[in-house]
Amino acid sequence: MRLTDTPEEAAFRAEVRAWLAANIPTELARGHPREDVEAARAWSRKLGEAGYAGLTWPEEFGGGGAPYSHQAIFLEEAARAGAPQHLGVIGLGMAGPTIIAHGSDEQKGRYLSRILSAEEIWCQGFSEPGAGSDLASVRTRADRRDGHFVVNGQKVWSSFAHIADWCLLITRSDSESQLHSGLTYLLVDMHAPGVEVRPLRQITGEAEFNEIFFTDVQVPVENVIGDVGQGWSVAMTTLLHERGTLGFALTGALENAVQKLIALARERGVRDPGLRERIAREWIELQALKLTNYRSLATLVQTGIPGPEGSGAKLWWSEANQRLTKLALELLGPEAQLAGESEWQHLQLRSRGNTIEAGTSEILRNIVAERVLGLPRSR
Amino acid sequence: MDFAFTPDQQELRDAARSFLAERYPAERVAELAESDAGWDPGSWRELAELGWLGVTISEERGGAGLGSVEQAILFEELGRALYPGPYFSTVALALPALGPEEQARVAAGEARWSAEVDGLVPDLALVERVVTDQGAAPAEGETLETTDSTRRLGRLAPGARDPLPGSVDRARAFTALAAEAVGIAGRVLEWAIEHARTREQFGRPIGVYQAISHPLADTYVEAELARSLAYWAAWSLDEDAAQAPVAAAAAKSFAAEAAVAACERSIQVHGGIGFTWEHPLHRYYKRAQWIESFGGFPAAQRAEVAAALLD
Repeated sequence: MRLTDTPEEAAFRAEVRAWLAANIPTELARGHPREDVEAARAWSRKLGEAGYAGLTWPEEFGGGGAPYSHQAIFLEEAARAGAPQHLGVIGLGMAGPTIIAHGSDEQKGRYLSRILSAEEIWCQGFSEPGAGSDLASVRTRADRRDGHFVVNGQKVWSSFAHIADWCLLITRSDSESQLHSGLTYLLVDMHAPGVEVRPLRQITGEAEFNEIFFTDVQVPVENVIGDVGQGWSVAMTTLLHERGTLGFALTGALENAVQKLIALARERGVRDPGLRERIAREWIELQALKLTNYRSLATLVQTGIPGPEGSGAKLWWSEANQRLTKLALELLGPEAQLAGESEWQHLQLRSRGNTIEAGTSEILRNIVAERVLGLPRSR
Repeated sequence: MDFAFTPDQQELRDAARSFLAERYPAERVAELAESDAGWDPGSWRELAELGWLGVTISEERGGAGLGSVEQAILFEELGRALYPGPYFSTVALALPALGPEEQARVAAGEARWSAEVDGLVPDLALVERVVTDQGAAPAEGETLETTDSTRRLGRLAPGARDPLPGSVDRARAFTALAAEAVGIAGRVLEWAIEHARTREQFGRPIGVYQAISHPLADTYVEAELARSLAYWAAWSLDEDAAQAPVAAAAAKSFAAEAAVAACERSIQVHGGIGFTWEHPLHRYYKRAQWIESFGGFPAAQRAEVAAALLD
């Protein structure tokens, strides 16, 4: 047991910290890059050139071949420095690992390097108006005709779709099938005729998410990933990576928020014991989450699979972030309602999405109950 | 960064768990809890032979020469088994305050100690001497009826005190209690899972209902977060003295609340049987509440953390 960096990890951390300090673009706001896509793209390209995109990907696919601990350190440092998001988070975290696991050699050659260089941006086409938590009830159809599939349907809650070049799309290729069978996983060109993207305005007033409409979109058969009809197991790989690589990025962002909360409390000279205790609670929970990520990482290093103890990380993080942002509003007092006064009102509203996106808290509790605790399935 | 137990640490845990499961099954603990003595004095010799009384004492003084993480592993397992006896009092509360010769006597099983905290002395009747702020006192006084009958509190009689080299180390005490709390949370969660898988109502095991399964999922997540904090605190005791007091306060506050909540949810999931004297759950609940209250309730520890962060 060693709860500090090894000399080698410390050296990598110092290198990342120095690189970020020298390279973070000042003109690019932290958060979602709808506003200034070109600046975000340039920043993403820079991360790729420095070797910080795809740190843990195998070297044969252009990755860094680095240990998971480096990825954790990079995510922590990027969050601490307030670095903007890489535009290719879906490509790096989901498309890439899915293609590495299930893709053909041609697919690996075609897509992977362009994800790392941020040349191509990816989005995810999983959820539908009638298929949210119940993902297996997707209805977007892919009908085989000659050398291609014809796709018709609608996807929703798709981040980055408005700037994406490619989409990870789950479709129903067998119209007679139900639930997990008869699904096919396609890589779809977002510039193809018949693809239409409409932004969805959310609670904060921004539009991070989009709807995507597919009308008679032709997708070549070589864009199937995995086998036709076997899309469910491929989709599970994507989701495993979505949840598996998330922990350190989440706690990095939370650490930033806790530091800001503490700074706000010091500035206001908070004396109320109840408020002080709640601030301490947020700090304690942050430590607990970070440490639990490290435990899960140690299991990942030993076995190749993240430890079960990490499965609640996103669940707990999302609720902690909601508590924390509301506490900040309380520290601000009535002026918290003045939208232009601070970023907290925005962060608080945004936090309501945390218990819904990337697996609702209800679904995550089901996963812990069934897969970790071994309780009988509820469905 | 490597937050994993070594094979030796894992072996220590396995050995402790099987020893305690054999000697202290729930029925035996129930019997001792309801006895006048409240423990089995013969167990002390066994703990000495196992090397558990001097885990962090150097080998030349008869200890095992191990670290605070190994000590925390034992506290977690003792909490899990609800071992009744003055182990926490002697090893966590008193030992750090004693001189080298007396520490060697403790490690050899020749001396049992406790300490006075907030005017109360745990296990007063089971020990010979007591650490106080004014020095060492003979363990003379009155044992009080205590809700957790496996860890009874007493009050010292006034009298002369002998000088002592040290005093109670709150960080060590809180870390031990956090580890015990983690053991408690893990055990009562296992019982709840077992019950939810096997108890049928409306023709199905009750664990299929999310009103049952989701609170248990929360309990699991909280217990794991608590475990991370407890071992961080233990690691800090040996490796980062400046961080240790805050880490221990954080761990104790979070783990105690997690253990109390775990017991409450487990009682609820068990239904009527969870509310009976016959089921062991109530003893775990009482111990969890004992831990929560000792040295101050969690709000007091969070106030300490807040002072470190804000002042």
